[in-house]
Amino acid sequence: MAPVQAHGEVSWKTPLTKDFKDVPVSEKVDLLLSANAAAMENGANFVNSALFMVNEQKYFASTDGSYIDQDVHRIWPTFSVTAVDREAGKFKTRQAMSAPMGMGYEYMDGLASEKKEGSAGITLYSKSYDIVEDAVQAAKQAKEMLSAKSVDPGKYDLVLEPNHLGLTIHESVGHPLELDRVLGYEANYAGTSFATLDKWKSGDFKYGSDLVNLVADKTQEGSLGAVGYDDEGVKTKKWDLVRNGILVNYQAIRDQVNIIDQNESHGCCYAQSWNDVQFQRMPNVSLEAGKEKYSIKDMIKDVEKGIYIAGRGSYSIDQQRYNFQFGGTVFYEIKNGEIVGMLNDVAYQSNTQEFWNSCSKICDEGDYRMFGSFFDGKGQPSQVSAVSHGSSTTRFDDINVINTGRTI
Amino acid sequence: MAIYTEEEAKKIMEKALSFSTADTCEINLSGEESGNIRYARNTVSTAGHRSNQSLVVQSSFGKQSGTATIDEFDDASLEKVVKRAEELAKLSPENPEFMEPLEQQTYDKAINFVEATANITPEYRASVANDSIEPAAAKDVTAAGFLDDSYGFNAMLNSKGLFAYNKSSNVDFTVTMRTNDGTGSGWVSRDYNDIGKFDASEASKVAIDKAVLSREAKAIEPGKYTVILEPAAAEDLISNMARSLNARTADEGRSFMSKEGGGTKLGEKIVDERVSLWSDPLHPEVPTSTWSGDGQALRKTVWIENGVVKNLAYDRFWAKEQGVEPVPFPNNIIMGGGDASLEDLIKSTKKGILVTRLWYIRTVDPQTLLYTGLTRDGTFYIENGQIKYPVKNFRFNESPIIMLNNLETLGEQVRINGNLIPYMKIRDFTFTSLSDAV
Repeated sequence: MAPVQAHGEVSWKTPLTKDFKDVPVSEKVDLLLSANAAAMENGANFVNSALFMVNEQKYFASTDGSYIDQDVHRIWPTFSVTAVDREAGKFKTRQAMSAPMGMGYEYMDGLASEKKEGSAGITLYSKSYDIVEDAVQAAKQAKEMLSAKSVDPGKYDLVLEPNHLGLTIHESVGHPLELDRVLGYEANYAGTSFATLDKWKSGDFKYGSDLVNLVADKTQEGSLGAVGYDDEGVKTKKWDLVRNGILVNYQAIRDQVNIIDQNESHGCCYAQSWNDVQFQRMPNVSLEAGKEKYSIKDMIKDVEKGIYIAGRGSYSIDQQRYNFQFGGTVFYEIKNGEIVGMLNDVAYQSNTQEFWNSCSKICDEGDYRMFGSFFDGKGQPSQVSAVSHGSSTTRFDDINVINTGRTI
Repeated sequence: MAIYTEEEAKKIMEKALSFSTADTCEINLSGEESGNIRYARNTVSTAGHRSNQSLVVQSSFGKQSGTATIDEFDDASLEKVVKRAEELAKLSPENPEFMEPLEQQTYDKAINFVEATANITPEYRASVANDSIEPAAAKDVTAAGFLDDSYGFNAMLNSKGLFAYNKSSNVDFTVTMRTNDGTGSGWVSRDYNDIGKFDASEASKVAIDKAVLSREAKAIEPGKYTVILEPAAAEDLISNMARSLNARTADEGRSFMSKEGGGTKLGEKIVDERVSLWSDPLHPEVPTSTWSGDGQALRKTVWIENGVVKNLAYDRFWAKEQGVEPVPFPNNIIMGGGDASLEDLIKSTKKGILVTRLWYIRTVDPQTLLYTGLTRDGTFYIENGQIKYPVKNFRFNESPIIMLNNLETLGEQVRINGNLIPYMKIRDFTFTSLSDAV
């Protein structure tokens, strides 16, 4: 076990300005019903909305001399809007473009300053979410999907929006770099990893292109994984996983770091409850923004044949994290530097190393946003953990797109 | 101990109900004792025992409802949780789909509790791990497995006089065996209500043999293949389809069961005529509780017969709206099989793929029930009635509706995840890419 510093009596709290517990239930209900009404008025046939709010109060004491009191807050507004064409026997669903956040109820303020203009006229959200506005655009987009063009399968340059790319980062970077998976402790459930120790030891394993810098961070403000101390009493921190495309580190805790010749835990040990065993869990893993000034508009302009994908969709990856297939929430065709219309039936398939090595451009910090999940599952008995993944809109060249349309 | 007898449970719930001032009140009480052992890298990593109990109160004033939960059952705690549920009910908007609690129902006597499963000890769990690890190590294979056993009860009481009680037991076992050179992997799953049916050595041997047989798999081109799906491979797709047999979403046009121009496919043939699907809480191989979460009696229900959809699930509100009787969602799925063994299915296959299991299955398109996922832990090429060699894993994109229209042969049934599913041979199963994962 790597030694851990004694912290004495300390506390940590999610930075917030509005505790969800101070907001009346009626106000929350009214907001959700307003979102539902807005969707229905704009063409939705069905809508349901929900607000998940968590306050985790955790006390840790150890014989090492740490007495740690933590007050962790998380929030997730979400909805599902469905448009139906009874004549054609078709239906399409558009999920919310919100992200679960490590924030207070202030996330629901819908501040104009936190809105980001996506491509194809979509409004996207950073650290403040406007659920009513998003419900309106969701209803319009769900209707538009009913008659959108079915994609021609083939190779495309993909322009991936952060609330979509976050899940791809989660599955193809976050999980394979968990050291317990690499060692075989998760072989019977989540699986093992292609990112074996010999690849890391070589010092030149090319995980991605030179542009790709992936960082683990348990301190990032607003993220789901942010805490002051982990569940072994280790102060949290930020560290590199992939730097300039090269695999440089894993995610490891006190009883693992000696295996990778390090003497300090990364501070990413977590148990979902007092009655679960704490073990290594994924910290926030994020793709650093591009260093040169480059906007989403610039990116679209530079693509000849591509697809812009926003929001999360269907996702599946093998047990060693080589082969994956991802869908999305909305898809737009890009031709000769312009968005030309919405697409249906899109999914892309790739191999983790090929995919990240095809990364050719990353938008700048101005486009950076977080994706999140409340329900990252791992372990037997299974435990869930909440985690965020930040990025700016990113381009990947020449990716295989399949058509998922079928007739039954 | 978190396990209460029928009389003890009723007494606790009656006490809670005595504090109710709501128009209607429904109380659910449950308790569970569970134990587990986990191993990996041929050694035990964790073991544990849990004891949980929970009482849930739903109070309603008119169509306003609130729910509160507690795990302490002294009088003061019971009064507190009822008051909390009532406070929340008064804050809630009216639910236009509110249904009054049911009056007393008649239930069949359940058969899903076996005392022997409740008597499993930590020493027994350790012996299961040993029965996996020792034979694995002897074959240059590494075992990673998990045994999880539990027993418990669920009880329900409401202000209309309904009382229901069920005691259950369950054991789940999975083990992944990987050859030490990293080129082969095998897996097995077993689940029972009765631990007496479980043989850890037999199950572990199946996974070890698959691991050794699957070493150094060859890559073959993805495409459409005849496949033999072991029950563990077919079960996820079949149970996903069964869970989608929902009347309301079909009536509302947002289901694979909705028809062009309106209406549903209820009464229509949607899959091969040899396919029949039903649920039965009293089936001796896959018994379940005989009542549903909202207190409705569960009995044998036919969902698909000779390829024709015979029933869709109706919740109580939707049944009332449509003027039909409710059809509760089932707790198990049974698919009719045939006499063919796995060996028979292989012998009758000229060219095909044997699939041990499917992994990371996700919906791609709910309109067509299209799913994606990958083969894992033992995928083999069959030629002229024999397994020729292991092949690399594939990603599939397939709908169970299309798959069950491409049915070649049904084989023997096997219990998997509480359901009873046959081996099945399917033609033109769609593999869309290759995976290097072992």
